[in-house]
Amino acid sequence: MIAGIAESRFGDVPDATALELHQEAAALAVADAGLAKDDVDGLFSCGADLLHPLLLAEYLGIRPRYVDGTQVGGSAWEFFLHHAVGAIESGLCDVALLNYATTSRSDLKRKVRSANVAIEARGPAQFESAYGHTVIGRHAMAATRHMHEFGTTSAQLAEIAVQMRANASRNPLAMYRDPITVDDVLSSRLISSPLHKLDCCIRSDGGGAVVIVSEERARDLPKKPVWVLGAAEAISHHTMSEWHDFTESPAKYSAERAFAMAGVKPDEIDVLQVYDSFTITVLLTLEAMGFCAKGEGGAFVEGGRLTLDGSLPTNTDGGGLSSNHPGMRGLFLIIEAARQLRGEAEGRQVKDATLAAVNGTGGWFSSTGTLILGAD
Amino acid sequence: MPQMPKIATWHLPVPDVESATYWQGAREGKLLIKHCNACERHFFYPRAACPFCWSVDTSWRESSGRGNVYTFTVVHQNDLPPFRDRVPYVIAVIELEEGVRMTANVEGCSPDDVRCGMRVRVAFRDEARSEDDVVSLPVFRPEG
Repeated sequence: MIAGIAESRFGDVPDATALELHQEAAALAVADAGLAKDDVDGLFSCGADLLHPLLLAEYLGIRPRYVDGTQVGGSAWEFFLHHAVGAIESGLCDVALLNYATTSRSDLKRKVRSANVAIEARGPAQFESAYGHTVIGRHAMAATRHMHEFGTTSAQLAEIAVQMRANASRNPLAMYRDPITVDDVLSSRLISSPLHKLDCCIRSDGGGAVVIVSEERARDLPKKPVWVLGAAEAISHHTMSEWHDFTESPAKYSAERAFAMAGVKPDEIDVLQVYDSFTITVLLTLEAMGFCAKGEGGAFVEGGRLTLDGSLPTNTDGGGLSSNHPGMRGLFLIIEAARQLRGEAEGRQVKDATLAAVNGTGGWFSSTGTLILGAD
Repeated sequence: MPQMPKIATWHLPVPDVESATYWQGAREGKLLIKHCNACERHFFYPRAACPFCWSVDTSWRESSGRGNVYTFTVVHQNDLPPFRDRVPYVIAVIELEEGVRMTANVEGCSPDDVRCGMRVRVAFRDEARSEDDVVSLPVFRPEG
């Protein structure tokens, strides 16, 4: 179960290193769980550095007996939680720490990183890199195909950005809190058609940490426990031409397995946290998880359904489109879901939330991890 | 973390033992795809073994070069050279007549005129790493 959650400072954090933000979040989450540094015996983390888990454990001054550095993009944190539950149940570790941070926004301002990712034209990438692919372009291709097959519109995609911003307006820590309209999204710059600037996630600094412990141990800890009722992962493609259906997220498979494990159906979910790297990511995820039928996502998101007052409150902190997005955002989905289930989401609490679903998406619809979480 | 490439031709393919024939074919104006002699299916990108049945009994076939646009995007922003000077450009997934898909640029028409399902035909765009090291990149143009 989830015993501790915390974010480090996030947004614009020019005066901290990424490792410093890892430690800041880890210390807060371990304290939140009522535990101490030396209780941590499992570390789950990935990052841009080669041998990242080694670097992080060394920086934190811990020597965990169980280490997992699975790198599948932004969904890694849902994969990690899935793995941590298994490791704890098998007795391979007792206190698992999931820990993440970057200074992606400040690095861009300091000009020590580029905005787009230069993937060297070696191996399978040699069949893509010469054509100028971008991360946004990879997602935009899904939007183009969805529009072609189902008549989805840019205005419907814009609805998603508008509603995430409305949720962010009730989160004092969110980076962008001023309400926006569908017209604002549609009149923002085209980045990669049909995606506009406001269809794209923001870029922030920041980190987070989550502490997982056994059910037995949870009973003695200070905070209201958040139970992991279902967890599953799925992978699809790495190279775009290998994606069999550009309107289908692999969440179709991870969600089916996670819901089955939990014995829960989508219409029972009180609060939803899904990866929102781009508006199209949310739309494909809603369809794949079974919240609406395939092809009907455009109509489904109209009318404010995803807002705090809607029938399916989604990304209640404002998500990656408005609150924070340091690069691989999946950990923040778990933190916000747990916060809602504990009843600690001040100013944006979904009333009587006892069942939450989380879906992280990594790469370019390449990997998904789905979690079903519950409170007593 | 992502950094600006150190060499200007970072984006150009680095052929390896599995792909050398493909790039040599492109230099000669042929689009070559892999065929599995065991399960009789085509596949892309080229691999030594068939991804469907793992047979290593594979051969090269010349594609008709005809296909249609499965999906695409018009890229308006890319801060990496050389693409920052090429925007807007079209990148698409092309479905070839043989049933395989590949990524490529669509050229020879206004980006605004590209549509899903549009019939296209292969052409080759030369880019040079140096005077004696030229790569021919398969790209697609509207047919007819």
